This record gives sequence, C-alpha cells and structure tokens, in this order.
Amino acid sequence: MELVTPEIGLVFWTTVSFLILLAILGKFAWKPIMTAIDERERTIEEALFKAEAAKEEMARLTSENEALLKQARAERDVILAEARKVKEQIVGDAKDAAQKEGARMIESARLEINNMKAIALADVKNQVATLSLDIAEKVLRKQFEDQGKQDQLVADLLKEVKLS
Amino acid sequence: MYNSPIFKIKIFSILRVFAVFLALSAFSAPAFSQHDAPGHGQEAHETGAGEEKKFEPSEVILEHIADSHSWHLWGHTHIPLPVILYTDKGIETFSSSHLDHGHYAGKYYTYALEHNKIKVVNAEGQIDEAATKNVWDFSITRNVASMWLSIILLMVIFISVSSAYKKREGKAPKGLQSFLEPVILFVRDDIAKPNIGHKYARFMPLLLTMFFFIWINNLIGLVPFFPGGANLTGNIAVTLVMAAITLIVVNVNGNKYYWKHILLPDVPKWIYPIMWPVEIVGIFSKPFALMIRLFANITAGHIIVLSLISLIFVFKSFAIAPVSVAFVVFMDVLELLVAVLQAFIFTLLTALFIGNAIEEHHH
Repeated sequence: MELVTPEIGLVFWTTVSFLILLAILGKFAWKPIMTAIDERERTIEEALFKAEAAKEEMARLTSENEALLKQARAERDVILAEARKVKEQIVGDAKDAAQKEGARMIESARLEINNMKAIALADVKNQVATLSLDIAEKVLRKQFEDQGKQDQLVADLLKEVKLS
Repeated sequence: MYNSPIFKIKIFSILRVFAVFLALSAFSAPAFSQHDAPGHGQEAHETGAGEEKKFEPSEVILEHIADSHSWHLWGHTHIPLPVILYTDKGIETFSSSHLDHGHYAGKYYTYALEHNKIKVVNAEGQIDEAATKNVWDFSITRNVASMWLSIILLMVIFISVSSAYKKREGKAPKGLQSFLEPVILFVRDDIAKPNIGHKYARFMPLLLTMFFFIWINNLIGLVPFFPGGANLTGNIAVTLVMAAITLIVVNVNGNKYYWKHILLPDVPKWIYPIMWPVEIVGIFSKPFALMIRLFANITAGHIIVLSLISLIFVFKSFAIAPVSVAFVVFMDVLELLVAVLQAFIFTLLTALFIGNAIEEHHH
C-alpha cells in the first residue's frame, strides 16, 4: 500500500530537518527558556520561603513581646503586692510603736500623776495640819482670852472626868 | 509497565487504527482494482484530457493525503517545487513544473509523474520500473516544504519567546510567552517529570521539540488551503523518523537494568530462547506503535474530512453541502483536540519509554 510505504526522500528530509530543529531550539530556545523558568521558580520559592520565615519571625517577635509584656505585668503585680505588704507592715509597725509609745506615755503620766497626787496629798496634809494647828491655836487663844471660860472648861472637863 | 490511563489511551488508539484500516480498505479497494488494470495511468490521462472525468472520492482523498511534487494554490495553479534525484549516474535537479505536461528529459534519464511519483520513462515512452529503482527521490515535496514552514514558525516563535525570557527576566510572562509557558510547564511537569524522574532535564529539549513539532504540523495540516493542507504528521515517513528517534534515544540511554531486563530477565534460564525474541520485538514494537498511532490518527482525520467534503461531489448537489459542512466543522473541532492529544500522547509515551530505560532498580 502506497500510503504506508515511507518514502526515502521524506525520511531523509525529516531526519535532517528535525535534528537541525532540535539542535537550534535546544540551544537558542529550550535552554534559555528552561533556565529562566527554573530561575524564576527558584526565586519565587525563595521569596515564599523568606516570606514564611519573616512571618515566623514576626510571630516569634509577637509572642516574645507578649511574653515580655506578661512578664512585665507579673513583675508589676509582684512589686505592687510587695509594696502593699511593705505598706501594711510599715503601717502596722507604726501602729504598734504608737500604741507602745502611747501606753508608755500613759504609764509615765499615771506615775507622774500618782507622784504629784502623793506630793499634793502630803502638802495638803501638811497644810491641813498647819491650818488645823493654827485654827486650834486661834480657837484656843480666843477661848482662853477669857479666864472664866478657861476655868469653866476646866471645870467641865473635870466634871466629865468625874462622871466617867 | 503501563499505568492504566496510558493503557486506555493505547486501547483507544488501537481502535482508531482499526477504524482507519477499515476506512482505508473500503476506500482503496476500488481504487486499487482500477490501478491493477494495465495501462490505466495513460488511459486516465487520455480520457481526462478529453471528456469530463467521473468523480472518484477515493482517488481524490488519497491524492490529498499523499505527498506531492507541487503545492496546490487554487484551481489549476500550483507552486512548482524543486525535484532532487539521486540516480546511479549522478544527482539531478530540476523544477517540478517541467513534469506538469508529460515527460521531461533530464541529464541522465527521461522522467514522468505517475500518481505524483517520479518514474523513469524509456525511449518508447513507457514507464521503466527497473530504471526507476535506481533513482532515489530526495525532492523538496509539499510535505518537506510544509515541514520547513513549520520549522521556521517554531524557530520564530520559540526564539522570540526565549528572548522574552531574557528581556523580562524574573518577571511574569507576557503575550505569546504567557500562552506557551503553561504548555512548556505541562510538558515538564506532566510529561517529563512523572515519567522520567529526576533526570528529566536532559530530555526536555527532545520532548519539547517533539511535542511542538507534532502539534504545529498537526495544526498546519488542518488548514485546508495554502500554506496548510500538507498531511505531514499523517505521513508514515515522518512518523517513522519520529518513532526512530524515540527508539534510538530510549536504547542509547538504556541503563544496565534495562538491558538486564531484556537479556537476562528473572525467569528460568530455559525460557530465554523464547524471551529473547519477545523482548527484542518489544524494543521495536513500542516505537512502532507510536509511528502507527500518529500516522493513523492524523490520516484518519484527514480522510474523514475529505470524505465528508467528497459527499457534495458524489451527490452532485448543493443540498448536501450544509450537512457536509456541519460535519466537517464538527470534525475540524475534534481534530483540533486530536492535534494536541496526539502530540501529547507521542511525547508522553516517549517520556515513558525513556523513563523505563533509565529507571534505577534497587533489588
């Protein structure tokens, strides 16, 4: 059959032409195209990789910031709590000291008062004694200005003595 | 060996091949019965000159899908193509226009065209088959010219695309570049890489050239008028060369595992005398299937389209034209698909065979 019988001329020209086409396209088309595509794909892949890395870095920084913030917050809380404790302690100490001082002052005041009272009482006793003596002297003096009264008194006294 | 989708494609192709042969035998039976009649060629010439020739669709179709020494433009206008003959007496070149009207006396022999084949004519004006055997026809035929056109197109397209890559380095593709880049990536990522593996880069130029060469020639073949119309990829000589290239590339690159599988397969030694012929036939049958598949698919498409057009002339009625045209449009759209599909299958199977040959086995 004519249709399935290859002709030598076409076989020859196809071989020559195809090999030349292969050589020329291989050198001037496929090599630069494949290199460019590979290059671009690598660039894109690298860019994606870098973007991913940047995202990770960003996430890392964010989480780091958050951790720092958390830490700072915790520290602040600790400091505040400590301050509160210190304040309470100081206040408590002050209260204690004040109480003690007050008690001491009260005690000393009481002692002073007692002392003063004792002194005053002694003084009063003395004065009362002196006054009593004075009064008694004056009364006696007045009573014994009159000889009759003296005699009467003596008589009364004697009378009483007799009675008892 | 074959994964299933490829196997399906094979079955599909085999069915198509059978369909083509059925179609061919149906068409060629009457044609060949006529050819057998002695002196038919001359009779046809005589009657053709005189009265209106009866329309023979099989003859017309076979003439259209076969190669030709001139390139038909319109009506009776042809572009004559150079004839190059390598005879036992020397090389002879002349324009095919000399053969348009009868015999041409060259330097060494007298030549005539018979069914678009150059034959030697003896002194009595009869075709001398014995002398014809000494003449090898290396003419620039319609197919060769069409192939060169496709090669020029491919070079212009891809060298401009490659310069676009240089100019727009690292940037997104643009224009023709952006149309072809997905195709190039398809050949790389869906044909070469899965079938060949990590050593794919070495075979990329071959696979890309094969793919685009077959594709563009399939498409040029679909154009019904000049400069299309040549049935290049539907010519057995072209598919033979392509398949031979696959055969050579596969076997030159075959590693020790490939040859061990063929020469020392894992079967009992006494089966070797049976295995060797089978394996050696296997080496050739794979590219042979490639050759037949491409040839048959493209030729079948051309035959169907031409048959549908012929219907108009067979019925000698314009009424049938809309029906024919509708079917032809349908077929042409289908052939557009077949054009890329066959290029894909040819390249895919080439990649698969290369992959099988260079595959590293670790036993």
